[in-house]
Amino acid sequence: MSRLEILKTYKIFIGGQFPRTESGRYYTPLDKKGQPLANMCLSSRKDFRNAVVAARKAFGSWSEKTAFNRGQILYRIAEMLEGRKTQFVEELVKQGSTEAKAKQEVELAIDRCVYYAGWCDKYQQVFSSVNPVASSHFNFSALEPMGVVGIIAPQTNGLIGLVSTILPVIAGGNTCIVLASENLPLCAITFAEVLATSDLTAGVVNILTGTEKELVEQFHSHMDVNAVIYAGGNKEHALAIETGADCNVKRVFVYANDFTKATDENPYYITDLQELKTTWHPIENVGGATSNY
Amino acid sequence: MNRNKTFKNIPDFKLSPTVDKVGVEERVARFQTRSIKNESKVQGLKLVLNMIDLTTLEGKDTPGKVRQLCYKAQHLHDLQEGLPTVAAICVYPTMVAEAKKALGNSGIKVASVSTAFPSGQSTMEIKLLDTKFAVDNGADEIDMVISRGKFLSGDYNFVFDEIAAIKEACGKARLKVIFETGELASLDQVRRASDIAMYAGADFIKTSTGKIQPAATMQVTYTMLCAIKDFYRKTGVKVGMKPAGGISSSKLALHNLVMVKETLGNEWLNNEWFRFGASSLANDVLMQLVKQETGHYQSADYFSID
Amino acid sequence: MSKHKHKKTEAFDFNGGWDYSPSPESTGHVKLKERYDLYIDGEFVAPNSGKYFQTTNPATEKVLAEVAHADESDVDKAVKAARKAYENVWSKLSAKERGKYIYRIARLMQEKARELAVVETLDAGKTIRESRDVDVPLACNHFFYYAGWADKLEYAFPNRNVSALGVTGQIIPWNFPLLMAAWKIAPALAAGNTVVLKPAETTPLTAMLLAEIIHESGLPAGVVNILTGYGDTGAAIVNHPDINKIAFTGSTNVGKIIQKAVAGTGKKLTLELGGKSANIIFEDAPIDQAVEGIVNGIFFNQGHVCCAGSRLFVQESVADEVIQKLKDRLDTLYVGDPLDKNTDIGAINSKEQLETIRKYIKIGKDEGASMYESSCELPKKGYFVRPTLFTDVAQSSRIAQEEIFGPVLTIQTFRTIDEVIQKANNSPYGLAAGVWTDKGSRIFNMTSKLRAGVIWANTYNKFDPTSPFGGYKESGFGREGGLQGLGAYLKIER
Repeated sequence: MSRLEILKTYKIFIGGQFPRTESGRYYTPLDKKGQPLANMCLSSRKDFRNAVVAARKAFGSWSEKTAFNRGQILYRIAEMLEGRKTQFVEELVKQGSTEAKAKQEVELAIDRCVYYAGWCDKYQQVFSSVNPVASSHFNFSALEPMGVVGIIAPQTNGLIGLVSTILPVIAGGNTCIVLASENLPLCAITFAEVLATSDLTAGVVNILTGTEKELVEQFHSHMDVNAVIYAGGNKEHALAIETGADCNVKRVFVYANDFTKATDENPYYITDLQELKTTWHPIENVGGATSNY
Repeated sequence: MNRNKTFKNIPDFKLSPTVDKVGVEERVARFQTRSIKNESKVQGLKLVLNMIDLTTLEGKDTPGKVRQLCYKAQHLHDLQEGLPTVAAICVYPTMVAEAKKALGNSGIKVASVSTAFPSGQSTMEIKLLDTKFAVDNGADEIDMVISRGKFLSGDYNFVFDEIAAIKEACGKARLKVIFETGELASLDQVRRASDIAMYAGADFIKTSTGKIQPAATMQVTYTMLCAIKDFYRKTGVKVGMKPAGGISSSKLALHNLVMVKETLGNEWLNNEWFRFGASSLANDVLMQLVKQETGHYQSADYFSID
Repeated sequence: MSKHKHKKTEAFDFNGGWDYSPSPESTGHVKLKERYDLYIDGEFVAPNSGKYFQTTNPATEKVLAEVAHADESDVDKAVKAARKAYENVWSKLSAKERGKYIYRIARLMQEKARELAVVETLDAGKTIRESRDVDVPLACNHFFYYAGWADKLEYAFPNRNVSALGVTGQIIPWNFPLLMAAWKIAPALAAGNTVVLKPAETTPLTAMLLAEIIHESGLPAGVVNILTGYGDTGAAIVNHPDINKIAFTGSTNVGKIIQKAVAGTGKKLTLELGGKSANIIFEDAPIDQAVEGIVNGIFFNQGHVCCAGSRLFVQESVADEVIQKLKDRLDTLYVGDPLDKNTDIGAINSKEQLETIRKYIKIGKDEGASMYESSCELPKKGYFVRPTLFTDVAQSSRIAQEEIFGPVLTIQTFRTIDEVIQKANNSPYGLAAGVWTDKGSRIFNMTSKLRAGVIWANTYNKFDPTSPFGGYKESGFGREGGLQGLGAYLKIER
């Protein structure tokens, strides 16, 4: 007698927890054959707001973690992802990928995690500077995370697009609210389960499922979101975000690439979401240049 | 105007305020951008002359040399009318009697260095005798040196007690306390020495002996003026300031006046509360004054050297 | 003889006695024209509309000159010239040669430094001491600094190909007219772009002198175009379809309008906007230097400084001492003729700004804060404000939240480090902050926790061409100055 399969319930990921959408609504994305994939949460503006609160709360402790520690955690994400490889491949296939392409995408995602894990304690050195000011001051510029980042992940490539937009943001010490691909959302929630078991501080990454159409306004109008990455590929939505970002002078980045190529990973994806802080301090010049040391 | 007030609450001198040198340099640079022209310059220069402690402190000093200097003190440049005299003559204790006699009732004070000037390396007993000798010979003012070795090794009580003891020995003479700031190395130490000296009874605080470089830099003087200001606010007691050593140009002297004016205000802008310890400053000021009047730049050949 | 009247404060008398005679900088060597035209395509041309407006000296309210008011058609002409110069000349020139032109401009500016300083003071009301010692030298140095970058761009962004953007549109404010022009033009040219720049309507003159200098340098026609005008001229630049990059320094309100306007156009954008920066004094600070830092933080350039330290936080244990010293210091500041070399605080830039400042002073009083202003006498003519302090200010007071852009300081006290970090960051702005303490570990804690683009520790209001400047949050984005300032003018391939 065949066994009845236990179906997975896909929930959303906020503050390290897996709640259902507070709205109680769901939607049912279809696979290529027109069969329902799963019942996904149709997140509401309140879910978005809760996610921002969680992300803001997590920002202090995440950004103040040592860079080394952040690197360890990101590497741990890669490990956990590797351990769940089969599940991701299955989900990608379910969403219409071939077995081979799915495997390739998962492996690329794992390697990309490792790539950004490595950057955690290096980009600061590459992009910081000691500035030779013409006065008796020590002056240096260093990068700091921008804060809370809204990410609308690519609609295509449900896993690699997601990983490629989240990882550089959190590698740099930011926290984020991510809207997963509307039609390919399965991996996003499974990835959330990976994150939840990777020592990542709760609230650093918050993942919602639902429609861009409904939530795009929240991304640009929320006053406690410091920056938005739009990778959804919809020109209208990109324009809406750019146009609405002036409410609190949000930084907006529109990425048009599909994140499948080798050039789709580089530290500039980290520095996009960094502020540059310049610090001055006097140098007491006792003795001075005329003294012999 | 000497004082004999002792203070009930003596602060912990280890906790004297810190001083940021770069900030002090910036403030001093601002004083130096002040433009002193025309009438303001003439008045300022006369003020400077009147604040000078005309000084000779050499091993080769003789009564003859001191007499000449005393004459100069009263007759700075007789060709020029309306000039003030200097504030005081500053000499070694052995020359006090001679100077006192030469100055007569000119109103010019006689200041004597003491306490084994300039090094201060002697016993307390000798320092007290040194001081009493000068006072007994008629010195109006005593310029003592602090024990820099004790100060730098952190023995602030020793330094305090020494100043207090000398102050007592001064009687009616006003006490100037020399820090020899060139040996203290940092402005934090200058500030601390200022606090110690003022609480121990100094009537004036003074930068240097003139024997060590750097001496009266504007940075050091500014730091001491700030200390005087704080002390006045806390205790209501006024203390005078004497930069000494290295001030030889009119311009630098005027910038010192600017600094006093903008830090302590007008009440300090007279020779009761501010002095320049200098030997060659007077002639430069005289040359500038004559230039202001005639419009012609002057030659040192026309100004007497004593 | 005292021309300055100060009252005797409680303990120290800064009034009367020996004082400084007037020492005005001579203006004999400065020959202003009666009328300034637009600088487009290497020529000084009349505006299409034939319209001119007057620029006045805010210290005397006298008209200095007439200046062209560029409209949309003039902007279009300038953009076309800049595009042509970019395509045909500037982008074809070797980077080395490009750099040499910028060096040449820097040198010519140095040669004319005195004239530039005097005109800046006449037009903007800022003191000659500051235009002579700060604005003009920094402007020259900015050109020098970026000149050297022109042929070294490949070292600035590791492992990336960089290239010029094309035509840049730049709109600058009235607080540092020449310096802001330098901040904008120098990196744009070094990166290989051409420029259409609009100075502020109240301070157009040094920009036009700079146009003359650029003309004299032999820079190819159209590489730099300078158009005077009002907000409509700026809007025409922002909205012009053939501009690749907009750089704006000014108010947050206008910055937001620009951000909206360039949305979806693909124009690269940098914004350097307003601020309400915190200046924080701990009890162990070098107090006398901190007081100077407070003064320099808020009274530099009449407080017309986007990064002014306008919110003072003093630890309660030293608050009385600091405020007392601040009041003493206020009474030694000379307010008056900006051309006098001894003036510390010059004229407010315009009548409009004067009214804004007065409005806020009234708000402060109405909010119940205690006001202290220096006792100096103000000139009868011209736009002047006494340096002003407000104590008993709450975080929720409007004067503690809104940018006043004048010599008005709000003072709050604090007890603990957590409290002051929270209050300092409790603002939509994030341009700058100051921290004064003798304790090294606390400095680093503070400098890393304050959410602002520039942190001055035991100093304030320092600027340098090598030092990146720009804000967090509503203070704008992008940096100006330093290696990082180049990025704003380059296409960086991914």
